[in-house]
Amino acid sequence: MSVAGTIFLQSVDFIDAAYILAFAFMIYGMSGLTGPRTAVRGNQIAAVGMAIAVVATLLRKGEFNGSGTVILIIVGLAIGTAVGIPAARNVKMTAMPQMVALFNGVGGGAVALIAWVEYRHHFGGGWPLRSETFELFGAIVGSISFWGSNIAFGKLQEILPGRPIKLAGQSMINLVLLAICVVSAVVLAAGVHSQALFILGILVAAGALGNMLVLPIGGADMPVVISLLNAFTGLSAAATGLALSNPVMIVAGMIVGASGTILTNLMAKAMNRSVPAIIAGGFGGAVAAPAGPAGEAGGTVRSTSPQDVAIQLSYARQVVIAPGYGLAVAQAQHAVRELERALEAKGVTVKYAIHPVAGRMPGHMNVLLAEADVPYDLLREMDDINPEFGRTDVTLVIGANDVTNPAAKNEPGSPIYGMPILEVDKSAAVIVLKRSMASGFAGIDNPLFYDPKTSMLFGDAKASVSEITAEVQAL
Amino acid sequence: MDPLVIDIAVLVLAGFVGFAVISKVPNTLHTPLMSGTNAIHGIVVLGGLLLMADSSGFLEKLLLVIAVAFGTINVIGGFLVTDRMLGMFKAKDPPKAEDTEAEGDAK
Repeated sequence: MSVAGTIFLQSVDFIDAAYILAFAFMIYGMSGLTGPRTAVRGNQIAAVGMAIAVVATLLRKGEFNGSGTVILIIVGLAIGTAVGIPAARNVKMTAMPQMVALFNGVGGGAVALIAWVEYRHHFGGGWPLRSETFELFGAIVGSISFWGSNIAFGKLQEILPGRPIKLAGQSMINLVLLAICVVSAVVLAAGVHSQALFILGILVAAGALGNMLVLPIGGADMPVVISLLNAFTGLSAAATGLALSNPVMIVAGMIVGASGTILTNLMAKAMNRSVPAIIAGGFGGAVAAPAGPAGEAGGTVRSTSPQDVAIQLSYARQVVIAPGYGLAVAQAQHAVRELERALEAKGVTVKYAIHPVAGRMPGHMNVLLAEADVPYDLLREMDDINPEFGRTDVTLVIGANDVTNPAAKNEPGSPIYGMPILEVDKSAAVIVLKRSMASGFAGIDNPLFYDPKTSMLFGDAKASVSEITAEVQAL
Repeated sequence: MDPLVIDIAVLVLAGFVGFAVISKVPNTLHTPLMSGTNAIHGIVVLGGLLLMADSSGFLEKLLLVIAVAFGTINVIGGFLVTDRMLGMFKAKDPPKAEDTEAEGDAK
């Protein structure tokens, strides 16, 4: 009986059925991610699907033939678990974009390594052309994704400068590298057997291309790039699935490829940028700014004190808070929530204006504010809040810069011209909390700061907000 | 039918499923979504597991162990991080549970 049971569990039919169950779970789980209430369970269901897929794969006949194989698999899984769990547990919410970039990168790296092993395995022939084609595609795209994600991580972690790093003839170099990848792939698929060509022509050239693609991209565009690389890794995983004729890999990889593509477009649209323009790079550098308002840049800035701000806020009817990445860096979410409560106790209506790319990823700011228990219904998206600024007495801009920059509307010469912004300059008064006069992530000067309606409160956002709250409560 | 045709059919259909499922996600959930889909492409870990039994030689085994470790980091890290993020959306003031639900439906 137990022998029959084992045979059944190891049968191709059973494993295929488990695979189908696995991707059904993943799709169902992902559809749960569409609503805040179902999202937690959705994610867990998807994780269960993944676990089913892994267990089914391990059941395969022959998997445990050599004890060496078992040990190696355990070692691999153990290392991955030992690295993955603490990384995911300890990462700060503000550092989430980097973490996603890193997790994405290792996925791409796995694809490239698997393709390499497949290539070695079939070295000397006997590899069906279709498998080889898909593996070569996977190797190129996986390599690009691995190296590109690492550079994105480096930029977001500020190990590398956020400004675009550009070489002369950059696009020419990229084209040449892409051509090397494609030509190598064609030559290899045509039946030339060369390890060196595979390693140099595919893995190294694609890796260099990944570096070159992301290095010239400015920090402000980084979320779009991570999303694009996420889609790339998904596609390369699907290609590996096609090469190995594994249905669950095909489905899971392709779904990520499709969803990543949509997300990339949504994000690019929110910034009024096209994906090709982002890839071409060169946005967000100090170099790009000279077209800006040289005259206005010399304008005067009015600074204010926490006491004055508290009085202004307390006597307002409606206050809108426009948070940005600076708020997250200062860990001021909880302080802001306190301020909101203090103002509400005085009968002031408080709303939060959330730009789609506030923070460093779409929805990043929502996560950060949710962490501080800000009620979901106080968060307003850009299109809902923009008509309200005219009726707003005071707008409090906390650590946001580029997403409030009126140059995006008024100055055709500005590098961010055309990007939809929070129209904070339409409210009766604007108070900007900022560490210093340094420009934003995109490195562009902000005329909002020189607007006569604007007053600036310099200092650490958390400390400033706490002082204001204390003053409001004392009034 | 040629197995390749079936595989490609599956690929195309999965692409449409991906589009259909994801285009409904509200802005708010984009970050958890990116991180959740990120975890799902960790499915490549299967590739490493599948090849392990047939691999020979030190280099191949080493590459596969790294690949499996990478894939596992991708899967476990991705799902855990997503769970942490989503937990923050969920952990709202218990007395206001009804409000939150109504809001969820309205969105």
